[in-house]
Amino acid sequence: METNTQILSTEDLRSQEYFLNMGPQHPATHGVLRLLLTMDGEIVKNIEPDLGYIHRGIEKMVEYDTYRQIIHVTDRLDYLSSHMNNEAVALAIEKALEVEVSDRIKVIRTMMDELTRIASHLLWWGVMGMDIGALTTFMYAFRDREMINEIMEKTTGARLTMSYNIPGGVMFDLHPDFVKDVKAFIPHMRKVLPEYDRLLTGNIIFQRRMKGVGYLSAEDAISHGASGPVARGSGVRCDIRKKAPYSAYDRVEFDEIIETGGDNLARYQVRMREMYESLNILEQLVDNIPEGPYQMPMRTLIKLPKGEFYQRVETARGEFGVFIVSDGKKNPYRVKFRSPGFSNLNALIQAGRGVKLADLVAIMSTFDFVIPDIDR
Amino acid sequence: MTYFGKIFYGIKTLWTGMKVTGGYFFPNITRKKYVITRQYPDEPAVVFPRFKGEVVMWHNENNEHRCTGCQACEIACPNGSIEIIWKREVDPETGKKKKMLDQHIYHLSMCTMCSLCIQACPTNAIMWSTNFHNATYDRGLLTKVLNKPGSKLMAGVEE
Repeated sequence: METNTQILSTEDLRSQEYFLNMGPQHPATHGVLRLLLTMDGEIVKNIEPDLGYIHRGIEKMVEYDTYRQIIHVTDRLDYLSSHMNNEAVALAIEKALEVEVSDRIKVIRTMMDELTRIASHLLWWGVMGMDIGALTTFMYAFRDREMINEIMEKTTGARLTMSYNIPGGVMFDLHPDFVKDVKAFIPHMRKVLPEYDRLLTGNIIFQRRMKGVGYLSAEDAISHGASGPVARGSGVRCDIRKKAPYSAYDRVEFDEIIETGGDNLARYQVRMREMYESLNILEQLVDNIPEGPYQMPMRTLIKLPKGEFYQRVETARGEFGVFIVSDGKKNPYRVKFRSPGFSNLNALIQAGRGVKLADLVAIMSTFDFVIPDIDR
Repeated sequence: MTYFGKIFYGIKTLWTGMKVTGGYFFPNITRKKYVITRQYPDEPAVVFPRFKGEVVMWHNENNEHRCTGCQACEIACPNGSIEIIWKREVDPETGKKKKMLDQHIYHLSMCTMCSLCIQACPTNAIMWSTNFHNATYDRGLLTKVLNKPGSKLMAGVEE
């Protein structure tokens, strides 16, 4: 007598591959990303990303902008780490002009970087919980993200697209309340981060969705050019803050977070532990903001010398690079942005093969895509 | 782990998470301890002084502004939000023709709030306002003339 399992053995089962559109209006893609999935039943066989739904031609657009005007456009790439994107352009221009900025500017930039990183990771944590069905996380994350947004708004005047960096400094001096607010924020954050762990990390449903799902090996991460928490979750040392320190990162002590799991849980743990490290950096700097000018004297119309200039920074998502080719005029000849999301999307193809469709949503969440960053 | 052990472990982890939410929920219904939502239209919005709402031109009580019509903000603007229309007027003191501001046109619909115009202004004529009630039903209402009608240049700005 035949049992059910014998009937459903894979040799006898005739399956037909079919295509499934995920996006561009799928809520779990967090934007207009279209994934063309080759499915076998519920199992994802292949992923083909289809880009260009939010392509704005920013790289071409900035060829007609002066160097001061480039910066505000980079807010619109990866809008969750807008401050780091701004800083990359500002550092590239300063490197080309060989301007040494004051210690105060360096410390201000570093502190703003870390606040932005925490804000970005908080948003990721809340939204990732929502993606896999835990609606409460969103409320908790946004409660604490609001504190950072208020610190940002007090100093820079904007909550998300800050445009705070300019070549040779920052746009405004720090708000008088800045130190007080950051000092209130650090203990609050240290109190709520264990709360986050109790709420979500230990949960058995969450663990089942995360452990062993979406494995990305270190070799694949390197060969696809992944960076940031995605690569560090696979055990690749790629933190630009350690490898090529910029701003005040050479004077603070922090650990590069490495997890060797390579699965969803490893990427999750990297981001959670990175928030503690960001708090450590903030704690070291908040009492030691040196006095000095917040803007270095620069010409109104900046002209870079002829040549090619590259500067990379570590954003919340990975390595962001700015490559400027100058022909000595007031606007650049060519600008190329190396965005972390684009390379991480290639690694998703590797990590997402052979998983169930519902797990692909969880994998995409831990990859933490920002679609305007991928398309530019 | 046994079958029942797994069930109990699952309930235990769920209970750990529910304790966190319960720790906020029950103090809230008795004495509103952790309520952080601001009921915006009923409560006033918290806006900080540096908030970048829209660009305005500062006028004093005699309806005088500080804009000389030098077009520095127009050149600095990355997306063409500012248009300066200037005119040549005869200066009554010297009798020479002089470049004066006629209309300072600001397209709020195109502005990206990058602050470059305000950084570029040599006479501090324009500044940020914290007004954020900018929603309209007509796009044309977002094009504004910043200098008030009949206003003129403040004395002593050009030196």
